[in-house]
Amino acid sequence: MARDLSALFEPRGVIVTGVSSHPAKFGFVALHNILSCGFSGPVYAIGREAGTVLDRPVLASVDDVPAGEADLLMICTPASVNEEIIRKAASKGVRAVFVAAGGYSETGADGADAERRLVALADELDLVMAGPNGQGVVSPPASLCAQIVAPYPPRGRIGVASQSGNFVSAFLNYAEQTGVGISRAVSAGNAAATGVADYLEWFADDPETEVGLCYIEGLADGRDFFERVREVCRRMPVVVVKGGATSGGQRAAASHTGSLASDDRIFDGMARQAGMLRAATIESAFEAAATFASQPLPAGDRVIVLTTAGGWGVIAADAVTRHPDLTLTPLPADLLTTIDGMLPPRWSRNNPVDLAAGETRDTIPELLDLVAAHPDVDSVIQLGLGIQGNTAAFTRSGPFFPDHGLERIVDYHERQEQRYAEATTAASSRNDKPVMVASELAVVRPDNPMVAAVRGSGRLCYPSADRAVTALGHLTRYAAWRRARA
Amino acid sequence: MPTLSEAQSRLLVSDAGVAVSGWAVAADPASAAREASRLGYPVVAKLCGGRISHKTERGLVRLGLDGDSDVESAASELLAAATDDDGPVEVLVSEMVRGDRELIAGLVRDERFGPCVMLGVGGVLTEAIADVAFRLAPIDRIDAHDLIDSLGSQALLEAFRGEPAIDREALADTLCALGSLAADPSIASIDLNPLIVANGRPVAVDALVELVEPVQPGNGGR
Repeated sequence: MARDLSALFEPRGVIVTGVSSHPAKFGFVALHNILSCGFSGPVYAIGREAGTVLDRPVLASVDDVPAGEADLLMICTPASVNEEIIRKAASKGVRAVFVAAGGYSETGADGADAERRLVALADELDLVMAGPNGQGVVSPPASLCAQIVAPYPPRGRIGVASQSGNFVSAFLNYAEQTGVGISRAVSAGNAAATGVADYLEWFADDPETEVGLCYIEGLADGRDFFERVREVCRRMPVVVVKGGATSGGQRAAASHTGSLASDDRIFDGMARQAGMLRAATIESAFEAAATFASQPLPAGDRVIVLTTAGGWGVIAADAVTRHPDLTLTPLPADLLTTIDGMLPPRWSRNNPVDLAAGETRDTIPELLDLVAAHPDVDSVIQLGLGIQGNTAAFTRSGPFFPDHGLERIVDYHERQEQRYAEATTAASSRNDKPVMVASELAVVRPDNPMVAAVRGSGRLCYPSADRAVTALGHLTRYAAWRRARA
Repeated sequence: MPTLSEAQSRLLVSDAGVAVSGWAVAADPASAAREASRLGYPVVAKLCGGRISHKTERGLVRLGLDGDSDVESAASELLAAATDDDGPVEVLVSEMVRGDRELIAGLVRDERFGPCVMLGVGGVLTEAIADVAFRLAPIDRIDAHDLIDSLGSQALLEAFRGEPAIDREALADTLCALGSLAADPSIASIDLNPLIVANGRPVAVDALVELVEPVQPGNGGR
């Protein structure tokens, strides 16, 4: 049974302490962010200076907050005053506390004592306590941005729990960039009373969250984490990045959070056994989570690569072949015969299916659906889209546009790119299989009509075939784990 | 940390289901030769005792003995090499298992994750290759197969230099057996090094069980 964290992620009202008129102070920033993102419940600012901050009256003490109005307390005051504040807040109906303030176990023995007292107090008062030394909590379904940094990401299905606040921000930045959004995000800080496993368990029960994304440096009780996350993974995929994977990284981790990293190989085996998907980098972790949030799970490991032309197909085929969890499946004979009837004979007649620029107006949408519908195909990677749109953009900005028939051809290409993007999503939805699009234009020309249309569908346009393959590998491994454990 | 002798270690792991090479112990050279001819030549002879470790470094392993007289003289030399520190000793005679591929498997107790089963590519290059993987014990057959699949050197597990592919079911048996021994709190660690792959089947040709230091309340032990 997961601990009830609803007061943290879906509070009715929020109290912020440490609010001052100085716009660089954490209390100011937290209040600013909460007020700026549309939170609809009451918000109370507590500070030492009387008057107003951001047009809000500043209350001298939690005593001045009406009872029953706020259930989340965001603490931006120093460690020395927080125990008294928490006790008063609990008497006002607060059920969850986010301690953004530092000065606890990350600073040494005295801080560790203060942290232990905080935990004991939360236990005594039956409060959910997040942090201390964390950046905050973000919850777009509740229009809540209770954190001391940016950004406020678009709403989506990814639940983030991180032992490093900076990586919460990194994941949220990627969400903003790609448009694949966030359901909940929390910086666990020192995780004194509430750890990554607690957040993941709550996410697994949360209807807003479809995939967990976490960053971990150290685990106080690895066995307990394993057993709990294994249960979470039966219900929801969890992507993990582990810091301190090398001995150099481990020294940095120890000085960063006061927790010791355990042997990387054991962590790796534990993660795999629990059903977690371990990503090597922060961006690949986000891409894996965004893929879980936006693509169906594949029924097996058989991948077909489609490409309009060029070396993309070859590189993608290499990446699929090298991936231990994926198979570059031979092109089924009946598909080969059908495609022979659709294309000039120079096409590759194999997987990757390279059209060798032999397509006409409707070839790509038709082919996508044909391939995705085939019972011997589990996933499709589409490459080489966006070229016509890129040429169109170049033409549009050139000196000859719109004359010489350029306007008509540019319009046509832009419409085609949008159609192609929509065809990938349609083929995926209709056949309940992953259909992934990769192009460097995703990064280089986000306004490309193909890229924009993929983004508009709520999916990722992967920056390279290799990154699409890596993400698909995570999906395929997880699907196999689920099948084996069902 | 106290250890079991190789003979005791072999008994413990084979009772749990680990395939070990055929073996016997003998108190003197004549009975060593009798056991050797019963096992079938060639054989290996080692000095065996609860306090003996680093057998290879001390020259206490004799490989490829191919007749009664070879065994008798090897056994005499081994028994003569024992020191007072070695405590009670005997000669362990075992089948000489042949195979080009060696694996390493074991059980360790991690401070954070508890007991873990390990599998790796063994032999003299083990540390340099560093192709090892762990799972938290106990493990089921799905975990065991996934552990085998997670080794990087998959080509080494396929048919290799005229030998058949590794019998993954048999290897999974050994891994599950190791995992089941995690339930015994007196065991600190187990090393099966090497597991030689003979005709596709992994066989432990050495076993070392380390015991948890016994807690001696009151007088503080020694």
